[in-house]
Amino acid sequence: MIDPRGPRFTAAVTLVVLAVALLVPTPAAVVVVAGQAVFFAIGAGLGVQHTPTAVVFRTLVRPRLAPPAALEDARPPRFAQGVGLLFTVAALIAFATGAVLVAQVAIGFAVVAALLNAVFGLCLGCELYLLGLRLRTA
Amino acid sequence: MTGIVILGVAVVVAVTFGVFRRATDGAFAAESESTTWTQVSAALPSASLGERATLVQFSSAFCAPCRTTRVVLADIAEQRDGVAHLEVDAEQHLELVRALDVRRTPTTLVLDASGHEVARAAGAPRRDQVLAVLPIGATP
Repeated sequence: MIDPRGPRFTAAVTLVVLAVALLVPTPAAVVVVAGQAVFFAIGAGLGVQHTPTAVVFRTLVRPRLAPPAALEDARPPRFAQGVGLLFTVAALIAFATGAVLVAQVAIGFAVVAALLNAVFGLCLGCELYLLGLRLRTA
Repeated sequence: MTGIVILGVAVVVAVTFGVFRRATDGAFAAESESTTWTQVSAALPSASLGERATLVQFSSAFCAPCRTTRVVLADIAEQRDGVAHLEVDAEQHLELVRALDVRRTPTTLVLDASGHEVARAAGAPRRDQVLAVLPIGATP
């Protein structure tokens, strides 16, 4: 169980990183997206409590906040990190093949998901999970 | 340049969707589905219908608002006589999910005493939203 504000803090940082990736020239954008992909991989692979942003949240942000109203299951945000990883990897593959526009659209989708999570507390990947299951076995 | 446009579009899409969701989440729409309990009990033979009303909640593992919904619905079921709360794991009952056209978790179905579906809401409903559609007449 985790403080629900941790993943939202992470999503806010992700949002800023991805926005930067869309605003800087391509060589720099690749580096930024690769860095974000590593963050996502840590979150999906080791758990959302182990990302660098989660460590910052725990050591610098959380001590300044009131205790959370309720704790939250760590599985939904971890799943969301996996979805984010897919989009950033897709963007990196597109960059590698020279399809810059495709890469930027992939980053755009990740921006939508990160903004919904950071501002509205809404986990888009989690919602698509059930729809995906319905389609897969239909 | 393209990057700025894509960023702008992404922000507008996300904010529009987020505001829409905030307004509609947990809002009940009236339903009139007489076979809902028949379908639920076929998938979950051990489940029993509440004497006056049943709150059927569809949940999944990757779902933070499902937890909130569980607390709200379980509390109502405990406080109101004859109201039952039944939580269904959507992943384990995909046939039922498709048959009842459940698209998101949490989705809450409100059934009356005879098992007819009278209302449903997608997204976490507030306590007052549930009480407003509970088909149990005057409450103590």
